[in-house]
Amino acid sequence: MTQLPSYYKFWHKLGHYSLKFGAWSVLFFLILPILVIIPLSFNAEPFFSFTRGMVTLDPDSYSLRWYNNIVTNDNWLLAVKNSFIIGIFSTIIATILGTLAAVGLSSQYMPFKRVIMLIILSPMIVPLIIVAAGMFFFYTKFNLAGSFAGLVIAHSALGIPFVIITITATLSGFDRTLYFAGLSSGASPVRSFVDIVVPIIRPGVISGAMFAFITSFDEVVVVLFLAGPGQRTIPRQMFSGLREQINPTILAVATLLIAISVIFLVTLEVLRQRSNRLRGLEGHN
Amino acid sequence: MNSDSESDFLRFANVQKSYDQKNLVVKDFNLNIPEGEFLTLLGPSGSGKTTVLMMMAGFESVTSGEILLKGESITRTAPYKRNIGMVFQNYALFPHMSIAENLAYPLKIRRIPKSEIKERVDRYLELIELQGFGGRPPGQLSGGQRQRVALARALIFQPSLVLMDEPLGALDKKLREQMQLEISRLHKKLGFTAIYVTHDQTEALTMSDRIAVFNNGVVQQCAAPEVLYEQPENAFVAEFIGENNFIFGVVKEIRSNVIEIEISTGEMVRARKVDDCQIGSICKVSVRPEKLFLISEGSQDGSSDNNVITGKLLLRQYVGDYIRYYFELPDEKEVVVKVLNDHTAPNIDRGQTARLLSKENDCFAFMAD
Ligand SMILES: Nc1ncnc2c1ncn2[C@@H]1O[C@H](COP(=O)(O)OP(=O)(O)OP(=O)(O)O)[C@@H](O)[C@H]1O
Ligand SMILES: [Mg+2]
Repeated sequence: MTQLPSYYKFWHKLGHYSLKFGAWSVLFFLILPILVIIPLSFNAEPFFSFTRGMVTLDPDSYSLRWYNNIVTNDNWLLAVKNSFIIGIFSTIIATILGTLAAVGLSSQYMPFKRVIMLIILSPMIVPLIIVAAGMFFFYTKFNLAGSFAGLVIAHSALGIPFVIITITATLSGFDRTLYFAGLSSGASPVRSFVDIVVPIIRPGVISGAMFAFITSFDEVVVVLFLAGPGQRTIPRQMFSGLREQINPTILAVATLLIAISVIFLVTLEVLRQRSNRLRGLEGHN
Repeated sequence: MNSDSESDFLRFANVQKSYDQKNLVVKDFNLNIPEGEFLTLLGPSGSGKTTVLMMMAGFESVTSGEILLKGESITRTAPYKRNIGMVFQNYALFPHMSIAENLAYPLKIRRIPKSEIKERVDRYLELIELQGFGGRPPGQLSGGQRQRVALARALIFQPSLVLMDEPLGALDKKLREQMQLEISRLHKKLGFTAIYVTHDQTEALTMSDRIAVFNNGVVQQCAAPEVLYEQPENAFVAEFIGENNFIFGVVKEIRSNVIEIEISTGEMVRARKVDDCQIGSICKVSVRPEKLFLISEGSQDGSSDNNVITGKLLLRQYVGDYIRYYFELPDEKEVVVKVLNDHTAPNIDRGQTARLLSKENDCFAFMAD
């Protein structure tokens, strides 16, 4: 608890505590629906609410049956596999293309920079449902609807903006003369890029890649439009699960997704600090 | 300028550069540089110095003309094949490599054996007096130390030509002077040819064998420092290098290479003719503040073969090692006189007049624009 300044009068104090209360409530309501899912996913009963036994912490009221459900249900296993296949391939494509685009777009002399940036970032700005509908009509023409290739391409397009944004941020601190210094040391353009540019922007590349993966991993709108029965992903499976066979399996899946997200977030933060250190933002130690 | 192009190490022949296909940033740049020379490109901001250096390094294309290194055109050679060392203004040390790795990088690229790399890195660390710093990241070095590493990295693969673009621009005055000495020392010791860019003229005067003064994409004059200072070839050089007074007057008489003008005080001033002036036209005479001598009103000595200008004292400025006197002429132009702060420094009060003497050889007549 911080000490309040001694000149605070009643109204100051009231304001201070109301602000504090408000801030905590917002945080609480943001995080509670997420946290509540975790214990519920261990529910022994097929309910979405806390049973008496759970509240009294009776071990018998908890079980792993919904987790077991995931690994024994072919639909869920297929969904997990699909999610990873689509996620990984679209991440690779988005990261490579996004990195190259970010490098080009951060060049001082790139013409039409803003326009090109806007076009590439548009999937992030345009409502997803419109993007998805557009993709559906367009991809159908090329027989890409209902195929893995179609989903990978679509998710790459959705992931690229994130890659570009994170790498552009990293590159904004990148000094282009370093690349020139590589060339003047005798390294070819490719070698200079690999030896000098890539290690310095690596944290940005990795966090961009993670954003791209998460984007693909929890994307449902485009999947609803484009995926055939063979390409159901985890979110798509949850979506139909909600309507067809309501049971806490969804909660178990959600808990796993939360765990993955947290792991990703922590990794991102570690990388961000490392990148700051590399760019000398943290000073000398 | 010497035209013996065969023996020249580096030659620029009619080099032009335009970034937008319309305006020439560098116009018809010609320069011959003998091996081992320390040449400085000096010019105001935006005059195209960096552009010339970038073309030489290969980071910018040449719009027209040729750059020849040892008689061979490098105009279309890729930058990494030119074998030219480069020192950047902001050091450009690789932040993810240690000092030793930075120095080793050009050697590693050249596939030099590991043992030799180590030996050479040690030798260059010693040369820049940073033994024991090899394992540190660049972030832990001071500005001067980083610049020394950048210099060593540009020299370690023993290029015959080293380019430096305002390498000391980011350092404070004291460190800059120290580094100027350091660079000169390494140049003498290793014997590379250096092209150095600066807009600090003191730096240019003290370090260079020759200075090419640059303005508007054209070399105004390329000569040794003392020639540049003592015999400027045009008004821009006279004004840009060092401090100069410009005194305006009407041309009265022209002899082979001496011009006589009548200035606003009615006095006649003789000067060496630089530009072709017509009798009756307005022209300006440059004379350096330290080449003017102050004689208080009344005394007569030395006036016979010297130019005499009478001015009214506006301001006396005490600088320390010297004193500056600001005089005003009837046409409201100012004339500055620099006098060493010793017993000869006269005591004149504001508003008093004094006579300023100068030798004909120290005065240069240019066309007034
Ligand atoms: N890549 C570029 N694209 C377009 N114009 C450029 C580019 N680089 C330089 N210029 C222009 O060319 C001119 C000369 O620039 P240059 O950088 O060579 O000057 P400089 O003499 O090095 O100046 P300074 O002393 O400020 O470094 C300037 O007008 C500049 O705006
Ligand atoms: Mg410059």
